[in-house]
Amino acid sequence: MDQKGFGMTMTQEPILTARGLVKRYGRVTALDNADFDLYPGEILAVIGDNGAGKSSLIKAISGAAVPDEGEIRLEGKPVAFKSPMEAREAGIETVYQNLALSPALSIADNMFLGREIRKPGFLGDWLRMLDRPAMEKRARDKLTELGLMTIQNISQAVETLSGGQRQGVAVARAAAFGSRVVIMDEPTAALGVKESRRVLELILDVKKRGLPIVLISHNMPHVFEVADRIHIHRLGRRLCVIDPKQYTMSDAVAFMTGAKVPPEAALAA
Amino acid sequence: MAQAQEFEKVLSSSDTSVAAFDEHKSAVKRIQHFLHSTPAAVPLIVLVLAIIVFGITIGGRFFSSYTLTLILQQIAIIGILGAAQTLVILTAGIDLSIGVIMVISAVIMGNCAVSYGMPSVLAVAIGLAAGAACGLLNGVLVAYMKLPPFIVTLGTWNIVMATNFIYSANETIRDTDVDTQAPLLHLFALSFKVGTAVLTLGVIATVVLVLILWYVLNHTAWGRHVYAVGDDQEAAKLSGIQTKKVLMTVYTLAGLIAAFAAWVSIGRNGSISPSAAVTDYNLQAITATVIGGISLFGGRGSILGTLFGAMIVGVVSMGLNMLGADPQWKVLLTGVLIIGAVAVDQWIRKVSA
Ligand SMILES: Nc1ncnc2c1ncn2[C@@H]1O[C@H](COP(=O)(O)OP(=O)(O)OP(=O)(O)O)[C@@H](O)[C@H]1O
Ligand SMILES: [Mg+2]
Repeated sequence: MDQKGFGMTMTQEPILTARGLVKRYGRVTALDNADFDLYPGEILAVIGDNGAGKSSLIKAISGAAVPDEGEIRLEGKPVAFKSPMEAREAGIETVYQNLALSPALSIADNMFLGREIRKPGFLGDWLRMLDRPAMEKRARDKLTELGLMTIQNISQAVETLSGGQRQGVAVARAAAFGSRVVIMDEPTAALGVKESRRVLELILDVKKRGLPIVLISHNMPHVFEVADRIHIHRLGRRLCVIDPKQYTMSDAVAFMTGAKVPPEAALAA
Repeated sequence: MAQAQEFEKVLSSSDTSVAAFDEHKSAVKRIQHFLHSTPAAVPLIVLVLAIIVFGITIGGRFFSSYTLTLILQQIAIIGILGAAQTLVILTAGIDLSIGVIMVISAVIMGNCAVSYGMPSVLAVAIGLAAGAACGLLNGVLVAYMKLPPFIVTLGTWNIVMATNFIYSANETIRDTDVDTQAPLLHLFALSFKVGTAVLTLGVIATVVLVLILWYVLNHTAWGRHVYAVGDDQEAAKLSGIQTKKVLMTVYTLAGLIAAFAAWVSIGRNGSISPSAAVTDYNLQAITATVIGGISLFGGRGSILGTLFGAMIVGVVSMGLNMLGADPQWKVLLTGVLIIGAVAVDQWIRKVSA
């Protein structure tokens, strides 16, 4: 496969791009002129050291943090999300590193937080009554379909779940609602071997549905297994993008940690 | 499918049953789970126990429907203020100003109707709007200026209290004046006798208000958002909830409910006295809320618990009163109940986690 091509992806227009993103937290510069490109239907892995700015990057493109500078385009059109809600409405669904679940609320309530289903007719229109049975059924179907976990009761509080089960709920929520882009910030960090495998299969399923996925992970075998391209983040910016078929895991780690300088061809434009 | 790594190959022969929605639990687990998912259960049990204990020690006199309904009349106002306080505490905030918001709203209603001779309906509407406006001020300061609720409402408490005294010149509006010129203000004093039970419209309004709020908190999206914001504001925001809007509506609604309590209080007291602003309504409302099992850390508890909490305080003070005990015993017992309620709250959460 040729260097620039990375298969077919490069011949298409990117669905999501960012140019020159800057995000400062006081004196810390979390994003320092970061660029980002995501192509339709691909799995893009984002790797980098702790504190490299990966989470800051996805927060900026998912509306959770407003960048100080830079431009984001979705399908070519500039967007400026002021809240995660706006990004969600544009079809970008995110699993945040800290999961963003409400511990005291039930699994079903969490999955539908901010996009609740109301009962049809008078009850829903006038009394604003939630359609609990419908939400619970869909939540249950989703979780069963994903086969992520053994759950006792769909109406149990999220705080009574294990860390891995919580992660499963967050992943299921994103996979169920994403319509344009799904972003996952370390979705397998707390998962067991079996559950991690399920999440990887789920990521491939989402890809099969035609959705592009951004996967942030420190697990190199997982990254090399599923990614079409690997975005290496270093010191707040994109260092390079590599094709996992042309480089080894140790190359990637060397680039990421600064032990080796990536070749011209892989360097970000 | 992706190529599994070597050590993952064994997964193909692993247990493939997934998402089994297992409903079987041991009895103890069931109780723990029940208490966790039914936060109003503990105050209800305490309430029933308190009624039984005083019923046994005092005898039939206490059990009479007259006494029990009298308790309800006494706790109506604290019940309503407690409901307002519950909304705020569910968002992990606190509202120190609702007591004085109630008093100034009552004074405004009274002045509009009696001193300025406005139609009573208009006077009530202006009073309700004034309460909501005070709440809105709290809400804007908390949600948009990001100031701590304790400080904001400590400030508005003082501001509203002083405004109340300056505006009213500390003049009481007499019962008879309200009766002749604006009987609508005494609406909630209307009472019905069912046997020896005496129910006022104020008592009924309290219960209905709490039931409505219970419905809103548990069966509408806004209610779920109130819990989510109090639970973990950052997570709520990342989940797409407009946390500022939720906070602002909560404080505004609390102010409006406090003004409604004002209307009910005019019915109960007859006259309208600005000096009521020095009464510790706030603390009584917070007490009812805490005894009712609402967590001060936000996001947990049922508003029904607040009503039970107010009733517990009412039952204890009536019971001790009938026993002829020193009133300080009531204060002491309230303190014990508060600490007990918080301890139970922590315990339930620990066993369920
Ligand atoms: N809310 C914040 N306030 C202050 N500093 C922050 C904040 N968020 C991130 N930072 C800083 O920005 C830098 C990048 O953080 P970020 O979370 O994006 O890293 P990361 O690549 O996701 O790391 P990890 O692999 O540990 O998840 C860090 O130095 C961090 O301290
Ligand atoms: Mg991170």
